[in-house]
Amino acid sequence: MLTGLGITAGYDAPVITDVSLTVRPGQTVGLAGPSGSGKSTLARVLALLHKPFAGTVEIDGETVTGFRFQARQRTRIGVLFQQPRLSVDPRFTLRQAIAEPGGDRVGELADLVMLTDDLLGRRPHEVSDGQLQRACLARALALKPRYLICDEMTTMLDASTTAALVGVIQAYQRESGAGVLAISHDTTLLTRWADETVRLSAPLPR
Amino acid sequence: MVNLEIDRVSVRFALKGATVEAVNDVSLLVRPGECVALVGESGCGKTVLASALLGFLPGNAETSGSARLGDVDLLAATDHELATTVRGRRIGLVPQSPASHLTPVRTARSQLEEAARVLGGDARQAAERAGLLPEHLDRYPHELSGGMAQRVANALALVGNPPLLIADEPTTGLDRDLVDGLLGEFRRLVDDGHSVLLITHDLAAAHKVADRIAVMYAGRIVEVGPAHEVLDGAKHPYSRGLANALPERDFLPVPGQPPLLTDLPAGCAFAPRCAQATAICEDRPVLTDDPHAVACHRPC
Ligand SMILES: Nc1ncnc2c1ncn2[C@@H]1O[C@H](COP(=O)(O)OP(=O)(O)OP(=O)(O)O)[C@@H](O)[C@H]1O
Ligand code: SF4
Ligand SMILES: [Mg+2]
Repeated sequence: MLTGLGITAGYDAPVITDVSLTVRPGQTVGLAGPSGSGKSTLARVLALLHKPFAGTVEIDGETVTGFRFQARQRTRIGVLFQQPRLSVDPRFTLRQAIAEPGGDRVGELADLVMLTDDLLGRRPHEVSDGQLQRACLARALALKPRYLICDEMTTMLDASTTAALVGVIQAYQRESGAGVLAISHDTTLLTRWADETVRLSAPLPR
Repeated sequence: MVNLEIDRVSVRFALKGATVEAVNDVSLLVRPGECVALVGESGCGKTVLASALLGFLPGNAETSGSARLGDVDLLAATDHELATTVRGRRIGLVPQSPASHLTPVRTARSQLEEAARVLGGDARQAAERAGLLPEHLDRYPHELSGGMAQRVANALALVGNPPLLIADEPTTGLDRDLVDGLLGEFRRLVDDGHSVLLITHDLAAAHKVADRIAVMYAGRIVEVGPAHEVLDGAKHPYSRGLANALPERDFLPVPGQPPLLTDLPAGCAFAPRCAQATAICEDRPVLTDDPHAVACHRPC
């Protein structure tokens, strides 16, 4: 289980206060809520990329003690962001980006997300956002994460690519039993994709 | 207010040992008082087309054809001409991935106010039209959420009050209320005689705001017509597959791989994925010349 318990987190001031959420193995939890309600902040805390002001994160019964570069359990969680351009080193080819976490499954992963050989040799500025997001999904699956956090993964994608990548993730879940947290503004998508959906409420004006 | 007349535009990129045919022979008219949506699979050439119109293509690109906006040919204009008379003034651009286009060391307010000064617009009003609250403006780009950065980019494109707006995925990261607000803003612009070219993956948004929808596949326009006809009565097998992939419909991808733009077939580029393909599809279908046009030998 991936659990956030009583999470309060933010930057100068908190953007989420006392939020709890659980993702069970094999399950897909949707997370919705208006713009600025802290969905990405919660995602970053659960991905151990951002230290909360208060609250704890537990992964499969183990309480997380360090965040960011001190996070030992980082590799158990895969993350996909809304803006793939900000999360890939512009000097890498897509092949290098997928190989970056380690592992020798580049060919297999590239097939899975339907990236052709010709695209694997290109750098981020030579591919479209959707093609780059496919590479990010392959990279996120490289270390066989127990949990996958998808933060608006599909907002850059057309309907067909969205359906295809959601299909890839569901197949990975069936094979590995991984849990998924799917964040989206698209409630129709979450109804179709997630087993249950949690809503964050609008931020207090400040 | 003038027409945007895109006439037989092609864009190629030279890569080591290969040529990417990103945009192929695209013709499209956007009239004053009209919103045209451009939709299609990721990587089909939508952003490249928009970049070509604003002179933002990288050095390895080669273009042909013309794109006239009144008396300027956007493809033949010099960078100086585009920078001083076109960008922001005659064409507002909302770039895709706005966060990577904002200047990291300056607040949203200072970027918007500078644009307003240079273009003679009203920063406060543009921010409001884009759905930003005054307190959002004092943040630096890294302090903005994805949806806020998108709204800053939208405000920057609106501030010069340009007659033509080219918006590449302007609804990314916005919740439904904000999307509806932005579409309302686009509709008001169009009703005032402006033109909008909306590049989007959000077919529901396209349906709501666009007068016409153009569907692109492998760098070509394969279907163009009135918005509801294209979404609810698609004639091209690809457009039909795209509409059916929506989560409220079948939620199944168009089967097969997206095409390799370095090695396009001589005939219909969709043939390898098309259930209706026959021998005639080895000849390239041409786009018909009617209000609901399609490029297919055996339309649905
Ligand atoms: N600088 C470049 N050099 C080589 N190929 C490029 C370059 N820029 C883009 N391409 C290729 O051109 C094609 C069209 O890309 P474009 O960014 O226009 O797609 P798009 O339709 O906007 O996709 P998305 O919906 O994912 O944003 C893609 O196959 C891409 O890989
Ligand atoms: S031309 Fe032929 S292959 Fe192409 S979409 Fe039409 S039927 Fe299918
Ligand atoms: Mg694009």
